Amino acid sequence: MKMDPNFSRVLHVELTTGKSSVLMIEDRHMHIGGSGLAAVLYERYGVLDAPADDPRQPLIFAIGPLTGFYPLMSKVVCGFRSPYSGEWAESHAGGRLALSIRFAGYDALMITGKAKQLSALIIGSRSCEVEGVTYLRGKDVFATGKFLRRFGKKNSGHRSAIRIGQAGERGVAYACINVDSFRHFGRLGSGAAMGFKNLKGIVVSGDGAFDLPEGKAYADMMKDIYQDITETGKMKKYHDLGTPQNLIPLNELQALPWNNLQKTHDDRVDNISGETFAKQLLLRQVACAGCPVGCIHIGLLRQQFANEHEFLYKQVSYDYEPIFAQGSMLGITSAADVLALLDETEKLGLDCMSAGVALAWAAEATEKGIVSKEETIVDLKFGEMKGFLNGLKFIATGENAFYQALSRGSMAAAKLYGGEEFACVLGQEMAGYATGEVFFVASAYGFRHSHLDTGGYAFDQNNTEKNAGKAVEFMLEDERGRIYINSMMGCLFARGTYGPEKLKDALTAAGFGNIADNLEAAGKYIQKLRWQLKCKTGFDVDAVKIPKRFTEVVTWKGGIDTGYMDEVATLYATAIKEMAYGKE
Amino acid sequence: MKRLEAVRMEQCIGCHSCSLACARLVHKKLSWNTAGIRISSAGGLTTGFEAHICVACDPAPCAEVCPTEALKQRKGGGVIVTHDKCIKCGKCAEVCPVDAIYYETESDLPYLCIHCGRCVPFCPHNCIELRDIPAREEG
Ligand code: SF4
Ligand code: SF4
Ligand code: SF4
Repeated sequence: MKMDPNFSRVLHVELTTGKSSVLMIEDRHMHIGGSGLAAVLYERYGVLDAPADDPRQPLIFAIGPLTGFYPLMSKVVCGFRSPYSGEWAESHAGGRLALSIRFAGYDALMITGKAKQLSALIIGSRSCEVEGVTYLRGKDVFATGKFLRRFGKKNSGHRSAIRIGQAGERGVAYACINVDSFRHFGRLGSGAAMGFKNLKGIVVSGDGAFDLPEGKAYADMMKDIYQDITETGKMKKYHDLGTPQNLIPLNELQALPWNNLQKTHDDRVDNISGETFAKQLLLRQVACAGCPVGCIHIGLLRQQFANEHEFLYKQVSYDYEPIFAQGSMLGITSAADVLALLDETEKLGLDCMSAGVALAWAAEATEKGIVSKEETIVDLKFGEMKGFLNGLKFIATGENAFYQALSRGSMAAAKLYGGEEFACVLGQEMAGYATGEVFFVASAYGFRHSHLDTGGYAFDQNNTEKNAGKAVEFMLEDERGRIYINSMMGCLFARGTYGPEKLKDALTAAGFGNIADNLEAAGKYIQKLRWQLKCKTGFDVDAVKIPKRFTEVVTWKGGIDTGYMDEVATLYATAIKEMAYGKE
Repeated sequence: MKRLEAVRMEQCIGCHSCSLACARLVHKKLSWNTAGIRISSAGGLTTGFEAHICVACDPAPCAEVCPTEALKQRKGGGVIVTHDKCIKCGKCAEVCPVDAIYYETESDLPYLCIHCGRCVPFCPHNCIELRDIPAREEG
């Protein structure tokens, strides 16, 4: 197969008719790939004034130009209308999907319409089929994976199986898409977006081959980058303890949310620290395809299932954020209990962060007497794993009116039952960094409402002076840097290797000189386009609120300065409006 | 004589750096398949990884069925591959007992390990090694 640097090659599958077509999207030097390509596709094929569950809304999976060429270019962006916010949204995941899409010969898959029956999509370089899989209805994520692996068997190891669980089928607003068992398109409800299409899973076989770029430049560049990643020690921390190494430092800083953010420090952090997980439960590390780092940490969950010595064991992936959401946030201080909750979440196909934070709200609401067992069915108490385990199931099944509300988000439940002031929602259930004013603003307003759009948390940590102008300047600049990486679909851990200059050289060596020469203009174009789409699909910058709980937080710097937070918010809101609508 | 062996696959993290390197450096392709070493998981990622790689048979069944000597017995085990001589009959891939030959459908050519060891430095977990073929197996 050959790649044309001027076009993105997109497989468009229309599930209502069952027909597919290959689209050639021009002007690649402007949209690059990944985040940019997804936005361009939504601009053309999306329906701005229809809700997330409208079958016409596209569900997009896009990779970048460098996927397959260099290490750590291993991510996929999923672009969709969020069932949670209603807005244009993105979620990113690794696993084997990126390389599978590349070697199947595409830069993106775009799925529109709704299948008549529950279906799976089976794609390869020379195949594209929609299979009815009604027998998978209600099946959990792991069982579904097993069934899906029957498709494309001869490409074992060179294919990816993504799927949804019960939560996605039922349209839970924070259902996720599971990628190859251990990775996820986690946030903002991509799983429900897939469920709306009656699509249970997608298997992509990366069974094609491309000619290498001409000349020596690519080989040299590849060697250079590979050495930088594997020999300099800069990636060591991601492989060693992985992201959970952050638990202790953040707890020391009084920046780790505990018990629904009622506090930011607890002496028992050691029980759920990265060190404890590594020493007691770590089974092994695995990697995304094409990445020699191996940052995916798999823990061993051993459970007794009968009175005699009868045990079963499960493999559960863990990371910093999941440990925060289903550990400290729920007051859980046993690493094995965290794994048990994560395992259940995984099976049901829920976003572990939103589910954990939503349950944390429910636990505090119980504590305060706003809801009782009549609503919660089981005891939801900080520190007690069993109740939360049931809570997760009830969210996925929509057991009663309370859990149905909770499955639309903690703020949705709080609006019905009370307790909005302590719902830890910043656009969606919060990420695990209670670092201060800039982080709270960055996620409340930010594109993905997460810690991944800009390094707001880093600004809080690195700056003692309160300079709102500087903070917002930093956020905008940092966002643009991330947009380059997110359009290449590189792993954000690789930012130290792929600086702007290196990216340009890497692009040129791989045959994408046109993109390299236009990188600044493309970055600005994509940043603007993404904000435009978000605003046109319902994001109202002026309506953003930061709940009271976030103003009560005490960190190592002391209490939150609400004046400063308001100032940062106002400036950031203005900047976003400028990007979306131009200068007034 | 040396042969490539996947000696520590229990340490494998499934990064595919080895296959991608072989495809690039030996077979001049950007691909997962056109490589002498290919990594698969037996049943999803929970089961660990196995390597599909030529085990250097002697005599080599693939060479025996090859009608044009595109695959020729290598001394000590394994084969020497000459794509120019290949008439694209695909018999070698069928006969290999360990699924070590990838028959690429677009170029219609077989791809397999030539025991050069160029993949070895790319494995971050030290899973693969180029080892001498033990004397008793030779000849
Ligand atoms: S390719 Fe297969 S048949 Fe041929 S020598 Fe290697 S293992 Fe034996
Ligand atoms: S030894 Fe050479 S031919 Fe065999 S897999 Fe490694 S790089 Fe490829
Ligand atoms: S390079 Fe090593 S760790 Fe990576 S897939 Fe190959 S054998 Fe496994």
